[in-house]
Amino acid sequence: MKKRLYTILRNSIAWLISIISLVPLFLIIFNSLKTSISASDMNLSFPQFPLQFSNFALVIEKGKLFQSFINSSIYTVGSVVVCCLFSSMAAYVLSRNRTKLSKVIYLFIVLGITMPMNYVALVKVMMMLHLNNTRLGIVLLYAAMQIPFSVFLLYSFISKIPTELDEAGIIDGCKPIRLFISIVFPLLKPAVATVIVLTFLNNWNEFVSPLYFLSSSTKWPMTLSVYNFFGMYFKDWNLICADIVMTSIPVILIYLLGQKHIVSGMTAGAVKG
Amino acid sequence: MNKKKVYPIYFVFGALLLYIVLFVIPSLIGIAYSFTDWSSYSDKLNFVGLDNFKLVFSSDENYMAIIKNTLKFTFITTILKNVLGLVLALLLTKSIKFLNFHRGIMFMPSILSTLIIGMIFKSILDPSGGLLNTFLHSVGLGFLAGKWLVSSELAFGSVMAVDIWRGTGYIMTILIAGILSISTTYYEAASIDGANAYQKFRYITFPLLLPTLATTTVLNIIYGLKVFDMIYALTNGGPGKTTTEVLYTAVFKKFATGQYAVGTALSTVMFLFMVVIGVFMIKIMTKDEVVE
Repeated sequence: MKKRLYTILRNSIAWLISIISLVPLFLIIFNSLKTSISASDMNLSFPQFPLQFSNFALVIEKGKLFQSFINSSIYTVGSVVVCCLFSSMAAYVLSRNRTKLSKVIYLFIVLGITMPMNYVALVKVMMMLHLNNTRLGIVLLYAAMQIPFSVFLLYSFISKIPTELDEAGIIDGCKPIRLFISIVFPLLKPAVATVIVLTFLNNWNEFVSPLYFLSSSTKWPMTLSVYNFFGMYFKDWNLICADIVMTSIPVILIYLLGQKHIVSGMTAGAVKG
Repeated sequence: MNKKKVYPIYFVFGALLLYIVLFVIPSLIGIAYSFTDWSSYSDKLNFVGLDNFKLVFSSDENYMAIIKNTLKFTFITTILKNVLGLVLALLLTKSIKFLNFHRGIMFMPSILSTLIIGMIFKSILDPSGGLLNTFLHSVGLGFLAGKWLVSSELAFGSVMAVDIWRGTGYIMTILIAGILSISTTYYEAASIDGANAYQKFRYITFPLLLPTLATTTVLNIIYGLKVFDMIYALTNGGPGKTTTEVLYTAVFKKFATGQYAVGTALSTVMFLFMVVIGVFMIKIMTKDEVVE
């Protein structure tokens, strides 16, 4: 009897916390479908019919969301590709050929997980390289920021792959690049998937770097334009909510599709049995 | 086989180049620039020695308050996220219906953009029409309603509360993985010896979870010192001059007003904090990897 009571108590606490976690989400979704007047006090009541789907169309037009969606996609996809390629190549060689030098390089790169970015000085470097206020600059910067953690993840994964396959490849006459592309890289799929998902999430949500490095609004990603929109239309919560919903949809989709990879990646290194 | 030939070092160059140019060099030249009077007002650079640091650590300016805020934010959110995360992790490793659903929902705030969470909570915590105060009034707890983000007494606590709401699910997830990695044989042995639930936690779960808790602590510290998006969206350092101002928001303000040298000096102070924590962190994370 006592045990059942505990079970009921535990379940209700879990539900209570989950519901509290969901409140902000519902708040945003409900209010994105209301008229400007009924959304003005941002309450949790269910939107009245007819649902205002026109909010979304309005936001896309007023907030130039199409442009920033394209920008975010370029930045995110570009940096994911660059980061995955470079990180897996580096992690592969550093993990396979364990000399003193490669250990030092590995620790040097991994130290970047914790290091803070000096944005003010970075502006100077970006200007010198003519990367300031350019899309290429943002792609490379995003990739650079994600490299330390990606190398860390891939390195420990590669360490567990037996080297016999490499040896077989060499006997068949593979050159290093061919060996990596056609034998090793396919074996990295689970770890690379984790890197892709995490890099995607972090870079889609990234806000600080575009704030520093992108002065022209036509190059803004969605996070920056949603914030700007928030400042301009602070009375129209229905539109702000619609903008938030659209900015978050890609992230939530990726989360639902790649939950397993996110959790394994975000907990990697933290838990070693 | 010849490892040098099969695993050529040029494979590392791409990652290393990007990392050094866009990450390491800015930190290093940032340190150099913090000894100059670099600003947007003049093209000439003069060496000024430790002047910027004297300014940062002087009692006439409010930079010390900013550093104190950053440390306070880091300290309090780290402790509370760990404690709450541990409670949730213990709850969600018991037999509960829809376990994965609950875990998934509680983890979700960690994947949403911090900026957007800040914007949502700015509305929820609005003193006049915000959801929280409206709710408190409607259940007869109106006396608890406060001017969350706009009064100087409550603002800092409110910002930390939102950040704890955002970050606890992530810590919980790590701790769940930690708890699940503890072998069940310990618990079986303890049951045979007649241990109760508290004793099992005190003498098995907690000690074996300490390494994981060390990692979550370091992760929280790193996040706390670098916090920007959340505070930028919620209060932008206000109300008043420094109520919720932290290092990164101060750096951005210095950047926006063209006082680059002070901005980079503040970044350097942060960099020094981080080097110490970072080395410690890397030791934990790579402990059974590099040392053979």
